[in-house]
Formats: sequence, C-alpha cells, structure tokens
Amino acid sequence: MSLIAVRNVEKIYRMDGVEVHALRGISLTIEPGEFVAIMGPSGSGKSTCMNILGCLDRPTSGTYLLEGTDVTTLGDEALARLRNRRLGFVFQSYNLLARTPAIENVELPLVYAGARDRQARARAALDSVGLGERAGHLPTQLSGGEQQRVAIARALVNSPSIILADEPTGNLDSSTAGEIMGVLDRLSHQGITIVLVTHEADIAAHARRHVTFRDGRVTRDVLVRA
Amino acid sequence: MTLGAGFRIALRAMSANPLRSLLTALGVIIGVGAVIAMVAIGQGARRAVTEQVQALGSNLLTVFAGQVQLARIARGDPVRTLTVEDAEAIRKTVPGVTGVSAEYSRQAQVVYRAENVITQVSGVTPEFQEVRNFRPARGEFFTDADMRGRAKVAVVGKTVADRLFPDAEPIGQRIRIRGVTFTVIGIMEEKGATSFTDRDDVVFVPLATAQRRLFGVTHVRTVHVQVASAEEMPAAQEALTELLRTRHRLAPNQDNDFTVRSQADILQTFTSVSQTMTLLLGGIAAVSLIVGGIGIMNIMLVSVTERTREIGIRMAVGARRRDILMQFLVESVALSVGGGMIGIGVGILGSRLITRFAGWSTLLSLQAVLLAFGFAVAVGVFFGLYPAQRAARMDPIVALRHE
Repeated sequence: MSLIAVRNVEKIYRMDGVEVHALRGISLTIEPGEFVAIMGPSGSGKSTCMNILGCLDRPTSGTYLLEGTDVTTLGDEALARLRNRRLGFVFQSYNLLARTPAIENVELPLVYAGARDRQARARAALDSVGLGERAGHLPTQLSGGEQQRVAIARALVNSPSIILADEPTGNLDSSTAGEIMGVLDRLSHQGITIVLVTHEADIAAHARRHVTFRDGRVTRDVLVRA
Repeated sequence: MTLGAGFRIALRAMSANPLRSLLTALGVIIGVGAVIAMVAIGQGARRAVTEQVQALGSNLLTVFAGQVQLARIARGDPVRTLTVEDAEAIRKTVPGVTGVSAEYSRQAQVVYRAENVITQVSGVTPEFQEVRNFRPARGEFFTDADMRGRAKVAVVGKTVADRLFPDAEPIGQRIRIRGVTFTVIGIMEEKGATSFTDRDDVVFVPLATAQRRLFGVTHVRTVHVQVASAEEMPAAQEALTELLRTRHRLAPNQDNDFTVRSQADILQTFTSVSQTMTLLLGGIAAVSLIVGGIGIMNIMLVSVTERTREIGIRMAVGARRRDILMQFLVESVALSVGGGMIGIGVGILGSRLITRFAGWSTLLSLQAVLLAFGFAVAVGVFFGLYPAQRAARMDPIVALRHE
C-alpha cells in the first residue's frame, strides 16, 4: 500500500467570480520512506498540492488516499485528527507560538492529542534535533536555525508518517540551511517519509526524487542518485 | 484539549497584555461591584424599616375609619361611622384584647404668646399610654376624670415643646388651640423620627375635649387595639371586623367602612417597597455588567484578529474547531471571572464605605454576591461566544498566511 496515492486531483478556486485552476489533474504516488522534493515556479500549484497533501485543504475533484483512507470524504474533525497524528509540518517562517518556550511549542500537537507524558516526549524530540538545552528559551531568544529545529521537533513529536516541509530553508543563510537539511537527511535515513517544497537546486539535491510542477500539472517526476 | 490546558493558554494571553486585560475586566469589576453595593443599600434600608416598624409593637391592630390604603393618601374625613362606642364594644367583646385607645387627630395651629406652630393635635384616651407605649417624661398625662370633664389640658411632644417654649418651662403654661385655651400638664418622652414622620411633633389632648371643644365631631379616626400575643392577632382581627360590620349594619355585599391593619401588614407594605427599590438599583447596576460584557467582546474580537496566525498554527498541528472555540471562550470567561472576583471585593468595600461616610445602613447578602458573580460568568460566555466562533471558523490556510 502506498503512503500517499493522489488520483486526478483538481483544485479550482473562485476569486471574485473568476475560476482559477490551481491544479489541473495531478496524479502522484509516494511510498513509505521516500524523500521527495517538489519544485516549480511560484503559481505552479505546488503550494496548493502541499495544502491538500497536508489535509489543510480539500481537492475540488479526484481522490486522495492517505495510508489507504480516502481523506476527501472526511469532515473537519477527522482531518484535524489526521494532521495531529499522521502529519508533521515545517514552514518557511517557522510558525512557532510567540511568548511560548520551545518545549511548549513542541508539546502543542501532544496537547491536542490528549497525550500524557507530554514533557518527556517533547524533550526527547528536542534532544533529537540537538536543542535539549534550549528547551526553556522563547522563540525570540533563538536563532533562525534553532527556531526551525524547534519546528522540526514539533513536527516529529507525534511520530507522524510524513513530514511536509514547505521551503524550510527559505529564510536561512546557506550554512544554517545546510544544518537543517542535515537534520532532514538524518530523519530520512531513519525511515521517515519527507516531502519537501523548494525552488533551490542544492536543497532539492538532498532528495532522491524530484517532482516538478508547472501550470497545475506535474511535468517531470524523476528518481535521482540512490 | 483539556480545560486546564485552555486555562493556561488564556492566562498566558492575558498576562501578555496586563493593562489591556485589566481595562477589559474593568467593566465587569464595576458591574459586579455596583450590583453588590446597590443590593446591599436596598437590603440595608429594608432592615432599617423593619426594625422601626417592629419597634412600634408587634401586637397592635389599628382600625382606620374608611377604606384607607397605606401606599395612597388617606381620604379627608368622609367616614363618620367609627365611634368611641365602637372602641368600647371592641374592648368588651373581642377576645384577646388587652387595651383599646380611640384617637381623633387633625393638623391645627398651636399658639403660645408670640410663638405658634402647626402641628398634629391628637385627641386620645388615657389608655393611649399603655397601648402605644408612649408616656410623659415629665409632668403627667390626663385622666379619665379629665375625659369626662372635657378638661382643657394638653401634653406636648418634645419637638413642639422645644419650638414653642425655647426658654420657658412648659408645664403650667397656657397655649391656645383654635381659640381654646389649654394648660400644659406634661411633656412626652422622646420617640424620635421614623423615616416618615416625627413622632414628637404632636400635642395630646383628651379625646372628648378634641371632639366637642376643638373640632365639633362625634366620631373618631383611629382605634388602636392591643392584643395579648401575636398568635391571637388573626382571630382578634377577624372578630373585630365581624363586630364592626354588625355594629355599622353593613349588608353582606357592602364593603367595610373601616380598615384594619396589623403591624405585619404595614411591615409587608414597606418591605415590598424596599424590595422594589432593591430590584431597581440592582437592575441599573446589572446594565453596567452588560456594558462590561460588550467590552469583553470588543477586545476578544481584536484578540482573535491579532492571533489569526496562532490559530492557523494550532489548526495545522491538529487543533479541532472546538478546541479553538474553547480556547477563546475560556479566555473571555477567565476575564469575566477575574473581573467578577475583583468586583466582589470592590462591592464589599464599597458598601462598607457607604455605611461609614454616608451613614446608610447596608446589608451584604450572599445571594446578591453569588447572583452578581454568576451573571458575570454568563456575560463572559455570552459575549465570548461570537469572537470564539469567529476564531473557530477560520480557514487554516488563510490563517497561516496571515501577517
């Protein structure tokens, strides 16, 4: 069973009465353990695709099976549950809660899961990204790279099936970007599935499969070096 | 998400902007404080009135001529059917009666040399002293012999004595009432003023003298009836009513041409008046509580907009719509509960200060405190619901992109 199986997905937005075809029939299959980079110019539909993969949005037509479940038929509550248990997000702008210590940011998914040993699990996730000692720091007291590592720890803490990373290095200098990609490489080696959106070739080079979007369609889908 | 987690989030959000939180809660603080203080004033007034009415004696029935109602102005003097003979009949036949005093009172001018006052001239029987527990402090009251002889003697109340004889010794002086000369033989003890009348602003003369020499009437206006105990009051009231109806030859379909009031009736009237006042004051104060709720709603709407990004993040990591709803609802309730608790302190302190500086009697009631607090919580829920729903209905994608 594929982890992700997308069939003929279309997404049409209506903006001021004008129909915008963001996705024009996408089919994509991702197996467990893959490290996929999604590339393409802005407006190509890659962000829309990520939103649908991340269960933040629903396709207009087509099917999306996540671990064999058709999520297009699920309600808000079930989607929230999927985001909470099966998916981890890493954003370009980190999206940490301000005025909230790193460890509590990491705990957030566990709070909504109703988990018990929240602190221990959040601390373990922070340790795994090398930020165990900075657990009590506020986001404003951390560097950009450190904030992104906190965000990765937050994405990991619920042991998700997939991590969806949307331009995770977009706000970082190249050496810090290298550190973040190192963390993602390590997670990939541990068998975690990663889908990464980027438009930088050297970042995409960390992935073993490149999917290129253009005008709402997949124009290229290739495996690169093993 | 648990309620405890929601409360921690709310606490963090409120402490991020302490001044704003305080100002938001201020409406509720003032509202709850005002409700508590206003109800305390109303209840205090009620207690004061109750104590005064009870001080008049609880075993007293008062028969008024005509249909008078306490809350309205009594009619002039149209009913002439109540007489001294009625009073005597009550004394002889109504069970449990221990004393009866008939009274005829009217406003009149009282003159002493160049001084004069308008005061109440009350024609009463000597028994008045026992029935109303009102006796001369100095000198003496008139006797049955004075009644029979229609003696021109008077006993003055403290207020009249002070105003008419500022320097002279009143006893032995001659005063004129409606052209008739009276000799002052006593000064009544001081009863003090109730909320309504000065009970010392009065001149007592023998009833027969008042009827024949002063006002030219044969009836009386009031009969005070003392009953042995409070338990015998209802039976006495019933027997008295029956007796007077028979004596006045009233047909079964005719209304009474007299009114019987017990202290309990009078107390009830005043109690209902002060109850209305309490409700009114409390109601006005409750309006400010609603205004406070609108303040909470206003700030919560601002807060929801400011924290759009946060809402998006929470939804992305798995918050359900009802988790977001609860988070913001808990926050608005926390504001109103916090305001309510401070408001209780303000209300208690406020009523103490009112008692100390304005001298009004106040009475704090647990009921009012609980009611005001409960109302504050309800206000928090009610006015927090709309902003919280707005937060919960956000589209996570739009919220995440919000700057």
